[in-house]
Amino acid sequence: MLSRTLLLGAVSALALGGAAHAETLTIATVNNSDMIRMQKLTEDFTKKNPDIQLEWVTLEENVLRQRVTTDIATKAGQYDIVTIGTYEVPIWAKQGWLLPLDGLGDSYDKADLLPAISDAVSVDGKLYASPFYGESAMVMYRKDLAEKAGVTIPEKPTWDQIAEAAKKMTDKSTETYGICLRGKAGWGENMALLTATANSYGARWFDEKWTPQFDQPEWKKALQFYVDLMKEAGPPGASSNGFNENLALFQTGKCGIWIDATVAASFVTNPKESKVADQVGYALFPTGGVENHGNWLWAWNLGVPAGTQKAEAAQKFVSWATDKAYSELVASKEGWANVPPGTRKSLYANPEYEKAAPFAKITLDAMNAADTSKPTVKPVPYTGGQFVAIPEFQGIGTAVGQQFSAALAGSVSVDQALQSAQQLTTREMTKGGYIK
Amino acid sequence: MARAVTTRRKMTFTIIGWAIGLLIFFPILWTFLTSFKTEGTAVATPPQFLFFDWTLENYHEVQSRSNYMKHVTNSVVISVGSTLIGLALAIPVAWAMAFSPTKRTKDVLMWMLSTKMMPPVGVLVPLYLIFRDWGLLDTRLGLVAVLTMINLPIIVWMLYTYFKEIPGEILEAARMDGASLMKEIVYVLTPMAVPGIASTMLLNIILAWNEAFWTLNLSAANAAPLTAFIASYSSPEGLFWAKLSAASTMAIAPILIMGWFSQKQLVRGLTFGAVK
Repeated sequence: MLSRTLLLGAVSALALGGAAHAETLTIATVNNSDMIRMQKLTEDFTKKNPDIQLEWVTLEENVLRQRVTTDIATKAGQYDIVTIGTYEVPIWAKQGWLLPLDGLGDSYDKADLLPAISDAVSVDGKLYASPFYGESAMVMYRKDLAEKAGVTIPEKPTWDQIAEAAKKMTDKSTETYGICLRGKAGWGENMALLTATANSYGARWFDEKWTPQFDQPEWKKALQFYVDLMKEAGPPGASSNGFNENLALFQTGKCGIWIDATVAASFVTNPKESKVADQVGYALFPTGGVENHGNWLWAWNLGVPAGTQKAEAAQKFVSWATDKAYSELVASKEGWANVPPGTRKSLYANPEYEKAAPFAKITLDAMNAADTSKPTVKPVPYTGGQFVAIPEFQGIGTAVGQQFSAALAGSVSVDQALQSAQQLTTREMTKGGYIK
Repeated sequence: MARAVTTRRKMTFTIIGWAIGLLIFFPILWTFLTSFKTEGTAVATPPQFLFFDWTLENYHEVQSRSNYMKHVTNSVVISVGSTLIGLALAIPVAWAMAFSPTKRTKDVLMWMLSTKMMPPVGVLVPLYLIFRDWGLLDTRLGLVAVLTMINLPIIVWMLYTYFKEIPGEILEAARMDGASLMKEIVYVLTPMAVPGIASTMLLNIILAWNEAFWTLNLSAANAAPLTAFIASYSSPEGLFWAKLSAASTMAIAPILIMGWFSQKQLVRGLTFGAVK
């Protein structure tokens, strides 16, 4: 008991000692190039705010999610600023885990945020996280291979056009594969692509009564198309490919078409990393018979947990890292092409950005084509795009993703995969109290 | 003739031994090689073994982005600290169990081991709450405490098996010669058990060094050991194998070197009593 008292005393003495000096903000983030750049530029912030110091905790995405969820759910207050996705923001805000961001200052200019992104991080009109960079999904293809194969990819392609082009571009003797798509199981991996593809075929995860819809013809059509196309024109071992694996394949000239997050454009056009930098063409996410471009929308955002003791300083930092002045800071140090994309209208209105980033216009078009409030053409009880914004989705999405990954690998048939998906989703949704 | 057969057999065994050894070592070698590649060459197919442009860029990048020494210090404090406290608690326990066992000794040992059977995530939230209320989150003290508790069953089990190998008669003989309990432990038992204690210590330092669930979940900025350092180089969007390999190489280097120097002790301890 005595030692505990001593310990507590020592801890509080340390805490008091700390408060007298500068405040230290602990920021949890992921290791993406835009975040690393922010970390390198923080001197600008600490110079302007000498009374605030910054500590960075960079973690692997899944570790970060688990770590931050534990901390925020117990209101332990280890982090003052957390990097979270558009999936978490509405769910956490409704739980009361995030502080509404009302102290971002006058220079923040909320009206400048892209409406789709702003909606995705707001609950009841209040901003609960500030978007750092945003993305949708689009088609990236090799112009030289398309020309050689004698195909053209229109700006708004259909899946049939993509399939035809992919098949013609494929030349397995030179390890050139017409199409690279995600196959690695996970709610944020293959299920992001497959949910978006299903949306573009008019499929939905649930009907208005939360009954899973994998037994409907739209899902069958979408999944069968995906598996057949990948078998014919995809790379070997595609069922273990995620974003990074496909990025490596595309950069080394092994893919004709890659459909994935728009942020990939800045990697594949970087001549230092990519062999095909000057040969990349773009198109919107394909449609499969209904007017829906998949509704893929994602943003990494900075939020302030409700458990923090330093809310004011935390909001100061969030404002610094996500306002217009930050874009200018990055541009002045590292060039316009490296400014975090996809959050502000002003960036896309800037002629210098358009000149430096040839993919700017198509990225904006892709983001504007996404509507997270209406994921698919049929009515649904959920919001989201390439995901369903309910807490259960992480678990269900990954389990379904494993079935679909197995279908791609050929260890189960498409029908079996859909049937298992239907069963397990029904079970989980009943357990979760959605299906009465 | 007989001699030739023996030589051939020896050679075969040597070759098989080396082959298995290299196979086990290969992932570490590959990580080491990858750490000198560029991100592009790291993912190239077919993989490039030795003939690529060697670069130190990844080490430079890792050095400039993370505070390596802070993580090393944390790892050393946590792994050595938890092992020493664990040993101090476990030696008397194992001594009592080995030399004056009761009817329930076996059950107690089983019960201790059973604490290792639950997946750690099952107690994450309760432990997190206790740590929060006691102000132990993100402190080295907290991590030392939790790793001591986690590795204690293994330490007790290992020491118990080593102590069992020491014939009780020797201790009795010492007592006959008039040695007190203290003298008996210090001058008779300890010298005989040194290999066992040393290998237990080394193995537990390695286990604690590599422990990646609790050290990641209970630390943030201040107490984060090398496991957190490695975890910070994996990226969801962007190639990262080369930098991750550089970070991993830096993280395992100290423990690898320690293992190298203490090899003799480790092998002697692990095979202690094995020939009986």
